[in-house]
Amino acid sequence: MSLSSKQKATVKDFFSKMSTRSDDIGAEALSRLVAVYPQTKSYFSHWKDASPGSAPVRKHGITIMGGVYDAVGKIDDLKGGLLSLSELHAFMLRVDPVNFKLLAHCMLVCMSMIFPEEFTPQVHAAVDKFLAQLALALAEKYR
Amino acid sequence: MVEWTDSERAIINSIFSNLDYEEIGRKSLCRCLIVYPWTQRYFGGFGNLYNAETILCNPLIAAHGTKILHGLDRALKNMDDIKNTYAELSLLHSDKLHVDPDNFRLLADCLTVVIAAKMGPAFTVETQVAWQKFLSVVVSALGRQYH
Repeated sequence: MSLSSKQKATVKDFFSKMSTRSDDIGAEALSRLVAVYPQTKSYFSHWKDASPGSAPVRKHGITIMGGVYDAVGKIDDLKGGLLSLSELHAFMLRVDPVNFKLLAHCMLVCMSMIFPEEFTPQVHAAVDKFLAQLALALAEKYR
Repeated sequence: MVEWTDSERAIINSIFSNLDYEEIGRKSLCRCLIVYPWTQRYFGGFGNLYNAETILCNPLIAAHGTKILHGLDRALKNMDDIKNTYAELSLLHSDKLHVDPDNFRLLADCLTVVIAAKMGPAFTVETQVAWQKFLSVVVSALGRQYH
């Protein structure tokens, strides 16, 4: 399910529109992940407070969103471009890849909330595909 | 048995009481067919699904979306026994319609995105938690009678 050139353009365009609110979306998405899917907190046991809206959760959500934006820039070669991030996730973080889908869903919900007009079904489809490709690239080095 | 707090009940009831079943039903089903095109396999008799534009204008799809939302309404009115309320519907989807139950989850996710767009900031974290809990019970009940 690779992205067509039209879908790549759609993703780049929407992320560019989103850029003023990208920090909010990242922070909100991670907050919603740990709230809606509490099992995901298991990866954050080293934080004093892993509750939705807490400072470490918001900060980390922003970091993750930064990574996603970086991936948009590498949309023509996600596997190659995200090699070191994949190694990080595979050998150090070892996040079960099922969680990438859960976070992607939370990101889509936040995008829809904050940009209801722009987040059309066509944009939704392209972004969902992109996030799935991103997840695949991140899991590349797992085994 | 699923336990619902007073707060969760209030949140779910509030979402439904402010919902335009036709608008949200149509938008959710259309979005599902566009974002997950393989779901179109179940709609062979629904006319033109050629591309996103035709799907969005298709009156049969719109009507079916409304039907689905009214089906959800039954779960709302029987929140303490969704499993049994949906037993017959589950058998229908399994034995007659032959729908892969994973599709319920896909539609539920699209419904969440559409409601988030409608409610904007009012779709708080607490609201999303309660809403997704409700939908996961619905999805589970619909898949329950598959054999």
